[in-house]
Amino acid sequence: MKITFKLNGRDEEWEVEPGANLLDVLRENGHTEVKRGCDTGDCGACTVLVDGVPRSSCTMMAGQAQGREITTIAGLGDALDPHPLQQAWVEVGAVQCGFCTPGMILSAKALLDEAPMPTEDQIKDALSGNLCRCTGYVKPIEAIKLTATRLNNDKGVTDA
Amino acid sequence: MPDKDYPKLGVVGHSVKKVDAFGLAAGAPVFVADEIPRDCVYMAMVFSPHAHARILGIDASEALAMDGVLAVYTHKDVPRVIHTTAGQGYPEPSPYDTYMLDDKVRFVGDRVAAVVATDRHLVREAVKRVKVEYEVLDAVFDPREALKPGAPVIHDEPQARMPIPVTYDPKRNLAAHVEAIVGDVDAGERDADVVVEGYFYHHQYQHSPIEPHVCLAWPDPNGRLIIKTSTQVPFHVRRIVAARLGIPIRQIRVIKPRIGGGFGTKQEVLLEDIAGFAALQLKRPVLFEYNRTEELRSSRTRHAMYIRMRAGAKQDGSLSFIDMHAVMNTGAYGSHGLTVLSNTGSKTLPLYRWPNIRFIGDTAYTNLPVAGAYRGYGGTQGGFALEATMDELARKLGIDPVKFRRMNHIREGQTSPIFEALGEGKAGVPQTVNSCGLDACLDKGADAFGWDRPIPKRVDGPIRRGKGMVTLMQGSAIPDIDMGAASIKLNEDGSFNLLVGATDLGTGSDTVLAQIAAEVLHVPVEKVIVYSSDTDLTPFDVGAYASSTTYLSGMAVKKAAEKMRDRIFDVAARLSGVPVDELVLTDGAVQAGDKGLVTFERIGLSTLYEKDQQQLIATASHIVHQSPPPFSAHFAQVAVDTETGIIKVERYVAAVDCGQAINPALAEGQIEGAVVNGLSAALYEELRYNEKGALKNKDFDTYKIMGTMDLPRIRTILVPTHEPTGPFGAKSVSEICINGPMPVISNAVYDAVGIRLREAPFTPEKVLALLRDKGY
Ligand code: FES
Ligand code: FES
Repeated sequence: MKITFKLNGRDEEWEVEPGANLLDVLRENGHTEVKRGCDTGDCGACTVLVDGVPRSSCTMMAGQAQGREITTIAGLGDALDPHPLQQAWVEVGAVQCGFCTPGMILSAKALLDEAPMPTEDQIKDALSGNLCRCTGYVKPIEAIKLTATRLNNDKGVTDA
Repeated sequence: MPDKDYPKLGVVGHSVKKVDAFGLAAGAPVFVADEIPRDCVYMAMVFSPHAHARILGIDASEALAMDGVLAVYTHKDVPRVIHTTAGQGYPEPSPYDTYMLDDKVRFVGDRVAAVVATDRHLVREAVKRVKVEYEVLDAVFDPREALKPGAPVIHDEPQARMPIPVTYDPKRNLAAHVEAIVGDVDAGERDADVVVEGYFYHHQYQHSPIEPHVCLAWPDPNGRLIIKTSTQVPFHVRRIVAARLGIPIRQIRVIKPRIGGGFGTKQEVLLEDIAGFAALQLKRPVLFEYNRTEELRSSRTRHAMYIRMRAGAKQDGSLSFIDMHAVMNTGAYGSHGLTVLSNTGSKTLPLYRWPNIRFIGDTAYTNLPVAGAYRGYGGTQGGFALEATMDELARKLGIDPVKFRRMNHIREGQTSPIFEALGEGKAGVPQTVNSCGLDACLDKGADAFGWDRPIPKRVDGPIRRGKGMVTLMQGSAIPDIDMGAASIKLNEDGSFNLLVGATDLGTGSDTVLAQIAAEVLHVPVEKVIVYSSDTDLTPFDVGAYASSTTYLSGMAVKKAAEKMRDRIFDVAARLSGVPVDELVLTDGAVQAGDKGLVTFERIGLSTLYEKDQQQLIATASHIVHQSPPPFSAHFAQVAVDTETGIIKVERYVAAVDCGQAINPALAEGQIEGAVVNGLSAALYEELRYNEKGALKNKDFDTYKIMGTMDLPRIRTILVPTHEPTGPFGAKSVSEICINGPMPVISNAVYDAVGIRLREAPFTPEKVLALLRDKGY
């Protein structure tokens, strides 16, 4: 079957097997920036934004992307032109193996879009679906706080 | 304390950005499964549903009849070479007890047959169509039962053997036996004013790297086998796969790309042999990846261990004796079964000055999933029993636990007889502690935690709060066994390529090693381009284990960079006419007296294009003769809910002496990651089985690892010391802190409610049962 959707801002029309999951389809089409850690919706490595909301792509049918806007980490930035969250992740040392990182950053992006100056509890809540075995979450949380402060300072909002 | 040759550090000691971090944060295709060749085929394994059985027959006809199924390999089709999967140095101190595929299975999840098909979903379907006939045998799951006469013999194959001369008796399910005796524990006991005694159980759990094991193997145009694999030990993979396939080492190239975490489970050669076999047979790229269930059940786990402890001290707080008896469960194969056992003593007992020590350990085969290397490596199991015992001794003596540790811990200039008595598969080496920041760890940790202040709201409805502390040690590399090497070459823009065999498994070792080279050569890290872990292109290194990379490989890099600096001086002397002993290294250049600067660009251009052309390149190797321990003190506050039995860790402080931290942010990251991994294991994780030995919690929904919601406030303190045998004074940092959470929680819970948690994990059910006994 055919699906039409927006991927990282571009219109796409893909032929997919009915019943195929979105993670498989994305990776088979070269979007290996979406990682696979469990296939059961429990690790968050495969997180994408669906109309701005973080979802595990491994438990989503590809057909559910029809008409939606899907954002992967590649939609945020790359090594040469990083998003402020990617920049902060690197600066504070929140990237260790980096396997969880794309998914975590997307969860963080959705959070900051909703709550520009999140509390520690809001941050923990937003990352609760993303497992990381390397960092102990300390530095990813720090990276989100740093990004929030920076983005708010840019906007002239005072640091709460 | 600075290094005398490097009084001012410009790069080392700074939290420079991890060299691979931007690509990783962008999701770049840097992991094994991210770039699949067009004609790739997929492998999946038929796994045993029985804990112990003989294979009577395998009927693959239905699977083979499926369109797109290319091959089904059974024990009849593959080379039969007995080996160990443990990726250790040669000869490995682990029993040779494994075949690529065997006619016997020894745990639920053991390999039976490999299927290859053109599609990753199809191959999983085909696996289900392979019919296997078994003769089911009696199984045994408890290591104490397995060692009793009459227990089912798990390795009855006559070929099973130990490649080194140590005790090994598979007919009794005995995979290893270790003994170390110092002084006389009975005399020590007679001398003691107080004696404590107890059993501890350290359970079985799994590393759970977010990227499961994965490997891609393909034949190159000339028939060599290329293996791109998520491994901690590329050079051991090359050697071990060559032996298993019966082909020369030169026919194999192993490439380690970025890997999604290891923690020890990827120090195991699990997929590469059979994927490589299939790639050569089919002449196509073969991808073999574990799914999460397979990772949990059929990769490697922590060794579960029973430890009986007896220890005594005198009224004045001095120690009298310690008697430690460990029974370890290695599961169906003996990977790391000897060395984890000996490290249970050797990475814990030297921490305190015991005049009399007895350490006895047995490792038993059982029909459970296989244990292997896991961050902490015996130090975790032994540390739990030892630190809870120290807490009990301190309480019995009425001495504050911090003070009790201060009175008894090892200090600079001191040694422990255990260093010599317990090695890794052979006798250990005597060593004196050159650097020990434990007092400072205790000072700073206690201060940051507020150890001397009362705990706020100790009693709060059903909640009881308490505090606990522990001290810890580990090692840095395996003395006289491990070797790391590095090469460094100069380019004409004044940059350097650093080639290392060392293996970055997400830890940041590429960055740390680049920093070491950059420091020696007076250039920013950006001018050192690191390439690591490719057996065709980089020099040898044992790989990422035993907390060795910074300490061991870091020294190889430092030596190579210093050789390069000397070569640069030679050329600069020739170009400037100023003698070598008057030359000084400055930023990216050589200061040649009043002749001005000779830049590295100039030297690079001259040597590559101008005159007496040559590639400036330097290589160095390093071995170590000791394994300097990092030290650490951990403090935690817990809240115990006496109605539900739930333990919440509220605050955690880890103060760590890792020598000079080469990159403080990355060192902190190692500590934080290890602490959370340890908390997760102590409180939540456990592999659970039904009565037939089949794993019950097979996914991350039922096998919970810690996420952000349970996270305590964690404070990390780096306590700088200078280890004279390490690069710029560095020791290791990656493993030590996983040993803290289990005993620190046990101690803090005792402080809160007076129950001693001896059996991990500390589930609400166990806590409640003990609370009820206590009258709560
Ligand atoms: S791969 Fe989708 S949540 Fe783990
Ligand atoms: S950085 Fe490795 S899993 Fe998060």
